[in-house]
Amino acid sequence: MMAADSNVVAENVRRRAEPTQLLQILREAQEELGWISPEAARAIASALDVPVTRVQSVVQFYSFLYDEPRGRYRILFSDNITYRMLGNRGLFEHMLKRLKLKRGEVSADGAVSVDLTSCTGMCDQGPALLVNNRPVTRMTARRVDEICDLVRDGLPVSEWPADFFRVEDHIRRADGLLGPRYEPGSALKAAIALGRQGMLDEMKRSNLRGRGGAGFVTSVKWESCRNAPGADRFVVCNADEGEPGTFKDRVLLSSFAERVFEGMAIAGFVIGAGKGLVYLRGEYQYLLEPLETKLQAMRRERLLGASICGAQGFDFDIEIHLGAGAYICGEESALIESLEGKPGKPRIRPPYPVTVGYLGKPTVVDNVETLANATDIALHGGRDFAGRGTRHSSGSKVLSVSGDCARPGIYEYPFGVRIQQVLEDCGASDVVAVQISGPSGVCLTPDEFRRQIAFEDVPSSGGFMVFGKDRDVFNVARNFAHFFAHESCGFCTPCRTGTALIRDALDKIADGRGSRYEINELVRLADLLKRTSHCGLGQTAGNPIRDTWLKFRPAYERRLIRGDFDPAVDLDAALARAREISGRDDAGAHIDTRIGAKA
Amino acid sequence: MTAPDSTILIDDVPVPFKPGQTILEAALEAGVFIPHLCFHPELGAHGSCRLCNVIVNGRNISACTMKAASGQEIEVDTWLGESAQAYRRTLVQMLFVEGNHFCPSCEKSGNCQLQALGYDSEMMTPHFVEFYPHRPVDASHPDVLLDLNRCILCELCVRASRDMDGKSVFALAGRGMASHIVVNSPSGKLGDTNFSATDKAAHVCPVGAILIKRVGFAKPIGQRRYDLEPISEEATPRREVEEAK
Amino acid sequence: MSATAKTSALPKVRAATTSLAGCFGCHMSFLDIDERILDLMQIVEFDRSPLTDIKHCGPCDIALIEGGCCNAENVHVLRELRANAKILVAVGACAINGGLPALRNSLDVGDILNEVYRTPDGAASNVPKDPELPLLFDKVYPVNEVVRVDYFIPGCPPSGDTIWKFLNDLILGRMPRLDPQLMHYD
Repeated sequence: MMAADSNVVAENVRRRAEPTQLLQILREAQEELGWISPEAARAIASALDVPVTRVQSVVQFYSFLYDEPRGRYRILFSDNITYRMLGNRGLFEHMLKRLKLKRGEVSADGAVSVDLTSCTGMCDQGPALLVNNRPVTRMTARRVDEICDLVRDGLPVSEWPADFFRVEDHIRRADGLLGPRYEPGSALKAAIALGRQGMLDEMKRSNLRGRGGAGFVTSVKWESCRNAPGADRFVVCNADEGEPGTFKDRVLLSSFAERVFEGMAIAGFVIGAGKGLVYLRGEYQYLLEPLETKLQAMRRERLLGASICGAQGFDFDIEIHLGAGAYICGEESALIESLEGKPGKPRIRPPYPVTVGYLGKPTVVDNVETLANATDIALHGGRDFAGRGTRHSSGSKVLSVSGDCARPGIYEYPFGVRIQQVLEDCGASDVVAVQISGPSGVCLTPDEFRRQIAFEDVPSSGGFMVFGKDRDVFNVARNFAHFFAHESCGFCTPCRTGTALIRDALDKIADGRGSRYEINELVRLADLLKRTSHCGLGQTAGNPIRDTWLKFRPAYERRLIRGDFDPAVDLDAALARAREISGRDDAGAHIDTRIGAKA
Repeated sequence: MTAPDSTILIDDVPVPFKPGQTILEAALEAGVFIPHLCFHPELGAHGSCRLCNVIVNGRNISACTMKAASGQEIEVDTWLGESAQAYRRTLVQMLFVEGNHFCPSCEKSGNCQLQALGYDSEMMTPHFVEFYPHRPVDASHPDVLLDLNRCILCELCVRASRDMDGKSVFALAGRGMASHIVVNSPSGKLGDTNFSATDKAAHVCPVGAILIKRVGFAKPIGQRRYDLEPISEEATPRREVEEAK
Repeated sequence: MSATAKTSALPKVRAATTSLAGCFGCHMSFLDIDERILDLMQIVEFDRSPLTDIKHCGPCDIALIEGGCCNAENVHVLRELRANAKILVAVGACAINGGLPALRNSLDVGDILNEVYRTPDGAASNVPKDPELPLLFDKVYPVNEVVRVDYFIPGCPPSGDTIWKFLNDLILGRMPRLDPQLMHYD
């Protein structure tokens, strides 16, 4: 390892110093060095006094950490179905062709590699890619050419045209949370005036439920944490937003950050925590600097730090941790593992984070939007909040709408809004299906569009993907299956193996070699995963199969071969290598792969 | 004054438990068999193999992670009226196709917990399309063979080495199907570590991934552990019996 | 199973067998039923089989398949048996999971061929080009990855008693099940 490189490593470790910071250390080392070499891994392990295998296990877990060189320009095309619908694959192939690369291959001069990645939260302004973890939006063939030129000319990414990196909020409909003008610090002052118990009482009256998908009653979470034994407590903001098709937290963090931070401080006030951590997904790294700037401004205004707004004993500050490309880290216990510098594998629960969380201490993990809503409740009271939405789902929901619609973007509605209303407002017509709450959510058909977004009807963490006329829902399910197999943490048998088997079965059907046999397998696997998986990822990985097979059978049936079984592989392709080596192409060197071939 | 023992119902049979025990621990202590692979009485629960999945008060959970509590009604062999065997068998099949589990030439055959659970669940075929992964065999250590074709990612070796031997020889790296054991040495080879055949970690592997050299096939067919008794009828919990040398 | 006067009036169960990429150990093990074969022959007659040397299979009730599919010829044979048999049984480790021949599966078949046919001086490879030779697949495939399989008899080989129990169950219309002492993968 070069002397300069080892300085980088040494500096990172010195600043961070603890094994719990391992993920941040590795991220920062990689920013500088481009990859984590074996020497760098050993140096970091030695400096932290941990086995080198601990470093290896973290590097190999996260998509954005590399133990092989990946080039000075590491380009990743966002590959959710919404980007496919905008033509991202064509652009991807175009870039590979221009750079003369295969997918994932590093160019001979070590300059560049191009690959695919899971949804980066830019569905409303795609196609999109990441270059060295910075998002480039609104990709076109021309932009592909421009990027290839910049790579060829070796221009640092920081000097690329600013327009490449433009990320718009696209707030199409604002309601109770996003609409009103907000006076920074007002919620904090209101909470202080209410007092810790008073604020908790308002939270109870509000019936606020988690906005990240699980819908747990927030006041119950805060109260359990407050009552848990122990001196230290933590507030964690789950800003991992990895569910494909979801980008509402991106907007909240871009333009409503102080409400999120004040919400965290209010949570800390109620539960008695002095420290908050934001777990920001690696794909939103571009927000880190603006968010740090916001935090510094808040500290200057006494809205964070010691004696917030002059209240003695109300000390709270916030630290931001970046993720590194792992959807599973949106699961609260996996998130905590990641905060502790480990691979994001969900913990055994119980115990739950409210009693044993970050560093084993009582921890509240709340979604970005949930925390922002806490400021509303502090300002206007719980009863006011509960008066909006429905009886079981109070307040509003911020939706991120994308896909086949005229106006993709952010739509906030009181809970209880009907799907058809959202479709009308976003300019969607001839809709074939809507995927609510991402791949782990549900796929709805037109006769279900009267249903309401609410915990008691169709719950949603925010994702709202629209599929119009002529969209093949089979392709949607297949895209989601690839996603789950890629993102499975690998801890438990059913999810690790099952998501791969589901993906392979759908690929076989896509290849024109699937039969009713594969359908039976898929249904069986989805059921097994739901019952026996260790965490929500595995338990919901079969949802796309379940929904699309039930509601869109023809999309599968027209791809199935007649007959009840087809070989696992294309047998003629399986002879290709032997043909190559023996130089044969006669009839005997091939096998008939037509359906029902008898010989 | 000690807290009174309480009981749970397992397939309608009352089973006593001590406070703090998990359902699996209580069951095994009472001689009630619940299939498991990644649990070890000295290392505690892991929760990864999912073989011990049972129904408790109508919901699927893993018996190794759930604490026993009075009033629990646990279903092991049938889940809400349906046989649970097919679910367990499918989990075993998944493990079989994920690695390269070739029993006829494996020294662990007859003493292997994965194989025994295959028999227990009447697995006649691994069923799924085989992955045939390329996995390394590490014979660098003078006394212990590491054959990762057979690894089921239970992390018993990882935990034993770290928590009982104080050595941290093994760790799990990678994500999803790329998960694999890594060895704590600059070369990544077992021979370059301070691993010893007397380490606890050398004797906790439930399958044939970690094997003591020069003792293969010591017991003839017919006299191996699971030839003598199916795993479901073992009188004593698995790990308390001396490992067949 | 004892022969009865009635059975001679019934048409015989027609069985075919083959060894694909197998060692014939399963066939040898089948013959370990020893003198019980006399009882068996009251009920069963063999179609295509190494035991009869009939080269091509006609319609039959049961096909017993030993060995996995390592080359194109294996698939031709397997397809013929599947097309003609009502019930197809994969017998033994090789048929069920590829077995010993499948140990080559994580390697490149091209590399293997080059290595095997390397010239004595090591300078080149003389991989045969003869069109009559069946080509090797990239991997050895278990039988159930090539055709639909109805039953499996594990073992390497399954013992004569195991095969006997299985055939009894099947022919008498019971769901074939193996007791613990008959069930093994090795």
